[in-house]
Amino acid sequence: MQDRYISIEGISRSYPAPGGGKTTVFDDLWLSMARGEFVAVIGHSGCGKTTVLNILAGLDAPSSGVVIVDGKAIEGPSLDRAVIFQSHALLPWKTALSNVAYAVSSRWPKLSRSEIEAKAMEAIRLVGLEQAAHRKPSQLSGGMKQRVGIARALSIDPKILLMDEPFSALDALTRGTLQDEVRKICIETGQTVFMITHDVDEAIYLADKIVLMTNGPGARIAEIVANPLPKARTRNDVHRHPAYYPVRNHIIDFLVSRSKSFDEEIAGKAWDPRHPPLVNPSIPEPSVAAIGKGPVTQGQGGDKPGFFPANRMRGTP
Amino acid sequence: MRSLELRSVAVSIMLLMTFLLAWHLAVTGGSSGQKMDPEYAKLMGITATQGKSAMPSPVDVGLTLWGHIKDPFYVRGTNDVGLGLQLGYSILRVAAGYLLAMAVALPLGFLIGMSPLMSRALDPFIQVLKPISPLAWMPLALYTIKDSGLSAIFVIFICSIWPMLINTAFGVANVRKEWINVARTLEVGTLRKAFTVILPAAAPTIVTGMRISIGIAWLVIVAAEMLVGGTGVGYFVWNEWNNLSITNVITAILVIGFVGMLLDQILARLGHLVTYPE
Repeated sequence: MQDRYISIEGISRSYPAPGGGKTTVFDDLWLSMARGEFVAVIGHSGCGKTTVLNILAGLDAPSSGVVIVDGKAIEGPSLDRAVIFQSHALLPWKTALSNVAYAVSSRWPKLSRSEIEAKAMEAIRLVGLEQAAHRKPSQLSGGMKQRVGIARALSIDPKILLMDEPFSALDALTRGTLQDEVRKICIETGQTVFMITHDVDEAIYLADKIVLMTNGPGARIAEIVANPLPKARTRNDVHRHPAYYPVRNHIIDFLVSRSKSFDEEIAGKAWDPRHPPLVNPSIPEPSVAAIGKGPVTQGQGGDKPGFFPANRMRGTP
Repeated sequence: MRSLELRSVAVSIMLLMTFLLAWHLAVTGGSSGQKMDPEYAKLMGITATQGKSAMPSPVDVGLTLWGHIKDPFYVRGTNDVGLGLQLGYSILRVAAGYLLAMAVALPLGFLIGMSPLMSRALDPFIQVLKPISPLAWMPLALYTIKDSGLSAIFVIFICSIWPMLINTAFGVANVRKEWINVARTLEVGTLRKAFTVILPAAAPTIVTGMRISIGIAWLVIVAAEMLVGGTGVGYFVWNEWNNLSITNVITAILVIGFVGMLLDQILARLGHLVTYPE
């Protein structure tokens, strides 16, 4: 039995449209996450991913529906849910260390100054920034700033880590290193993570489950892709795994075409928004036995409705 | 003479020299030495007899300035008080009015910046009160306060409050959303958030407002003291005008400019301290 550590229950978000009426960004979203699970959400801009994250963070409220974390409905921001912001959001007048210390002292207001400093330094060391601890954010590179952001989030021992495209502003090399480090830290600490990303490879490398969202307005969760790669994966060999390209192609096919036409795909069929299908695209398809033939064939295959009847299964209730 | 700084200093000195020379030439020479009846000459004074202009030369002003610097704090009767003392009175009045304005403008600016409701509710009042010349308040202040010294302080208060108030409100209202969100996700209380996130974030804007305010306050104090009289550098200027001592008037003008620059530099230094590079 999967426990529902986080349970998103029928949330929707709408705002008044210009000229009367209202625009619904997403409607009747259901998703549950187990403790220690790493979930990545992929979808095009405007599908409301960031809004979902903000609702989880308590920075935004859904128009309807509720999110339950660890048995309690979210009513506002909480120190139990740390956010890593896309733009690092460091306070520029504080040094790297005091940015982290600010979070530590918010979490444990009764600690002495030196205890706070020690805890902050511990988090700084975790992301390998002890040399730059006393520098201001303006004296740090983009990757170092994001490291401080990660250290700040980790320093408060959160129950859940929320990441809003944390690596998207970084160059490819830095991004890779940081992904490795975040993955290592999350596995070591058994962190529950909800991440938003645009990067398919990043999602496959980091996440246990990848949630595919259709285009907004009226976005919905189309599928949840179970990542077939072994938990003990490394950056160097992840793309050699036989399941890697089937998953990657499945997701890209979704982003390229199915995310637009998903409503047609499910038209006339029974659709239960509470239980989006859990898909495992790794089981080789007869038509794509040889991966070398190219992902295009496979991509077209993925477009056919009901192409994966064998491995499309219901999400656990 | 490669460096820009050296060259600019050289040009400044050259400009000053040219100006002083032109000034000197303009006030000396001219027609002079006409023979006239000694008694008539005595009546006319040196202006007519020696062709000397009533306008002092730069040397006269320099000597007078030196005299004031050597002995700034003398008191020889109500109308003969050292320039240093007069400046002291003015600076004290500016400081009192300015600090009062700060005590009102900073908290009120915070309130306006943080509350859209108060921002809208107070906006019409600010829009109407802001453009009123501070001296227009003077009669009302004299009538209600019944003390000329306090009235001058009130005038400084009312003129320096607006730039501080508006800049504080603007700075507070425009703190980056993500910094506020950081504080929110850390469950930081309102008061702590105001002091640890909003204040440092808005500080450069607030200090800019304070710098504008001190400039206006120093402009207004001279005019206010001309009206209320008694003490202060504004009164000194007016008194010397009545004495027809243009030398002292020019000296006072120079000193007013110098003190104004000093006040501005203090605020600029403060601004430099609170500015953060992003």
